[in-house]
Amino acid sequence: MAALAATAPVTLAEYLAAQSRKELLRFITCGSVDDGKSTLIGRLLYEARALFEDQLSALESDSKRIGTQNGELDFALLVDGLSAEREQGITIDVAYRFFATERRKYIVADTPGHEQYTRNMVTGASSAELAIILIDARKGVLTQTRRHSYLVALLGIRRVVLAINKMDLVDYSEARCAAIEAEYRQFAAQLGLSDITCIPLSALRGDNVIKAGSAMPWYRGPCLLEYLDTVPLAGGAGGEPFRMAVQWVSRPNQEFRGFAGVIAAGSVRPGDALVALPSGRRSTVARIVTADGDLEQAHSGQSVTLTLQDEIDISRGDLLAAADAPAGVADQFEATVVWMSDEPLLTGRPYLLKCGTATVSASLVRLHHKVDVNTLEQQPANELRLNEIGVGQLSLDQPLAFDPYEVNRDTGGFILIDRLNNSTVAAGLLQRGLQRSENVHWQALDVNQDNRAAQKGQRACVLWFTGLSGAGKSTIANLVEKQLYALGRHTYLLDGDNVRHGLNCDLGFTNADRVENIRRVGEVARLMADAGLIVLVSFISPFRSERQMARALMPPGEFLEIFIDTDLADAEQRDPKGLYRKARAGQLRNFTGIDSPYEAPEHAEIHIRTADVPPAEAADLIVAALRSAGIIDRDWVFLP
Amino acid sequence: MKRLSHLERLEAESIHIMREVVAECARPVMLYSIGKDSSVMLHLAQKAFFPGRPPFPLLHIDTTWKFREMIAFRDATARRVGMDLIVHVNPEGVAMGINPFVHGSALHTDIMKTQGLKQALDRYGFDAAFGGARRDEEKSRAKERVFSIRSAQHRWDPKRQRPELWRLYNTRRSAGESLRVFPLSNWTELDIWQYIYQQDIPLVPLYFAAPRPIVERDGALIMVDDQRMPLQPGEQPSLRQVRFRTLGCYPLTGAIDSEAATLPQIIEEMLVATTSERQGRVIDRDAGASMERKKQEGYF
Repeated sequence: MAALAATAPVTLAEYLAAQSRKELLRFITCGSVDDGKSTLIGRLLYEARALFEDQLSALESDSKRIGTQNGELDFALLVDGLSAEREQGITIDVAYRFFATERRKYIVADTPGHEQYTRNMVTGASSAELAIILIDARKGVLTQTRRHSYLVALLGIRRVVLAINKMDLVDYSEARCAAIEAEYRQFAAQLGLSDITCIPLSALRGDNVIKAGSAMPWYRGPCLLEYLDTVPLAGGAGGEPFRMAVQWVSRPNQEFRGFAGVIAAGSVRPGDALVALPSGRRSTVARIVTADGDLEQAHSGQSVTLTLQDEIDISRGDLLAAADAPAGVADQFEATVVWMSDEPLLTGRPYLLKCGTATVSASLVRLHHKVDVNTLEQQPANELRLNEIGVGQLSLDQPLAFDPYEVNRDTGGFILIDRLNNSTVAAGLLQRGLQRSENVHWQALDVNQDNRAAQKGQRACVLWFTGLSGAGKSTIANLVEKQLYALGRHTYLLDGDNVRHGLNCDLGFTNADRVENIRRVGEVARLMADAGLIVLVSFISPFRSERQMARALMPPGEFLEIFIDTDLADAEQRDPKGLYRKARAGQLRNFTGIDSPYEAPEHAEIHIRTADVPPAEAADLIVAALRSAGIIDRDWVFLP
Repeated sequence: MKRLSHLERLEAESIHIMREVVAECARPVMLYSIGKDSSVMLHLAQKAFFPGRPPFPLLHIDTTWKFREMIAFRDATARRVGMDLIVHVNPEGVAMGINPFVHGSALHTDIMKTQGLKQALDRYGFDAAFGGARRDEEKSRAKERVFSIRSAQHRWDPKRQRPELWRLYNTRRSAGESLRVFPLSNWTELDIWQYIYQQDIPLVPLYFAAPRPIVERDGALIMVDDQRMPLQPGEQPSLRQVRFRTLGCYPLTGAIDSEAATLPQIIEEMLVATTSERQGRVIDRDAGASMERKKQEGYF
């Protein structure tokens, strides 16, 4: 276990006291098996005595059986549980390893280094403070090295150890080491990585891993473990403004109302003025409650429960922030998204976004570009596939309190969740909020019909009922709208007679006026569809060309022509409004079917013959057709 | 500003995980197995919801073969913390007379523990269950998620596990699905012991060395805890100074020779320990009973 025996403290009590002051350092190792990564981790575990005898005996027998070191201990076998799984096709994933020294406890995020595993590296890096990037001294800086460094920088890790491994295979050459270091530093500077420590080592032979060894007298820096043990860790500077996402409201009884959460930044004392975001309500801290007694002060990383002086409305998802240095609030963001799902990201599609303790609806309304992780080139993109990284504009359905990711991971990092299968499909970084006033075009450009319709759980479309006067268009359209309404869909019915009373009251029944009538109604229907509605239009609309004009306003598949087909004789016999009688009497001119033609649709999506199908049945048929066309497919139901 | 110690960080993380479950799940439960990890997990739950009590019950899947001292400690603990305790025994297993001596550890564990657990979760409709498993226990656990999603049949599908970034956990479930949540994922065995020492957490006395009636079988030291244990010809229990590093069903749990009767002595012994704790569990050595497979079938 921990390296106690090496320099055993005087008493066990002293040892235990020292243990309680130990720090935790989480780091990630980047590189492939070929770089000797598993060997390096295995050696750290072995040398730090994080292994028990049964594990060691398994290692010894495995080394003899399947090892690559001629029967010597093959440290890679300690951590290569993953390779067995790879053969079985199970999981290639992040594995977490643990070891401790007298000074620190370490959690190692170990991720496979191959190209397709951006997702895993990002996951491992998200909780790491430091990255060890492995380089094979024979190969130098590779594409893979650049990719790993880019992801490390992207996830906000500022401290990098460049472990130049396999020095034994380049004769421990100082010149080789210096050349690699120079090349890497130049590249890393472009990424904003400046805190780089280069350590030449041989994981296989142990040089500069735990002890310096004698092979590289020219190297004067620390060995790897010494560096890890002594590197200053964040948390010493202080001074960041207080942030805590409210995770849970504690109400064990009538008298107590506490707000529980992890402090994401800064520190807090009773009496501090706080603001709850996004509401902006203010109060001051009354108590910092823990099971070990009230605290005088609490710091970043602690799980606490705060009580406030005032009874203000605060709930899970709110962010408590220092009143004099509050976080930003926005509902539009520029964000970087790392796509982690086999199904591609679709712009405009609503996902659930979880940031801190808030969960809101969000969609990427526009992708500015995607980043080639190998070349760092920006490329235009309409979608993101598994392991692709894109930058775009993120639109939320409500305001969110945040800090840019580079300021704080907890208040700037988010995940996206698929609404239907609930899987985590992306990780994201909030770069900055977009103010509407600074960005006046966003409403016009970025929230589109698909967003609005998806928010309503449907696809927008226009259902165009055409047919002779008295055919039953409005009757059937009304029944359809009732059914859709009952299904929770958002609809509007434009009826010919009603529109002519208002919007089109200036129009008569000449052919030109009929065309204008349909043009206006077509435009209104299009606007309403753009608002995300299912629009039912019940107009005689006798001319094919005008129906075609209305159809052309809509994208393919979103205009459904419904022909209510009645014999003229039947319509005239029914004559619900007495119009046929008037027309026959010459009191109405240009009446469709009498002295103005009706051009029956040739390719109506739905054809209802009223002689065979009563209105209620016709409505059922239409709703069924909408379902099979995916307009009201249940997949589009907006899940709460 | 002060940087937290490693135990403070681990404590804060575990509390965060528990609160997240309570905030986002309708019916959580804590699997309480009476061992040291469960004791730490329960202690953390008390901290997480202070000044209230943890807003979920404890669930113990009783195989009827636990050490008697464990059962006594379990009932005393539930009274002490003031939480509801649900004890579930698989009635089918009882009817079948499942017995680890007769049926072997694999079948016994499957029926009394794995099937019993599924029955209890279904019966009470729990949508999230806390378990005390740690990633350092075994190589295959090193990649286990903190929040592990299970199908309505409680199966673990390695392809459907969700990436976990930062402190963000996706707790959403489709109908019938449930979560297994492991708040101690990042603790090591040494962390557990140090924390028990630092926080003075009560433990089952079996962890401390004492003279106990022992028979040696296949290299394992088995304590004769009651009359149900069939002694083989010539086998005679003898008093030996032993303790247990892990607790389970007494016929399946090997003791170790030890003089460590106090926590510091146990920690001291650990520091020169040469055997990892799972080796004491007969279950891990049973042929074909790989941890991966058991997990897929719903074992914790």
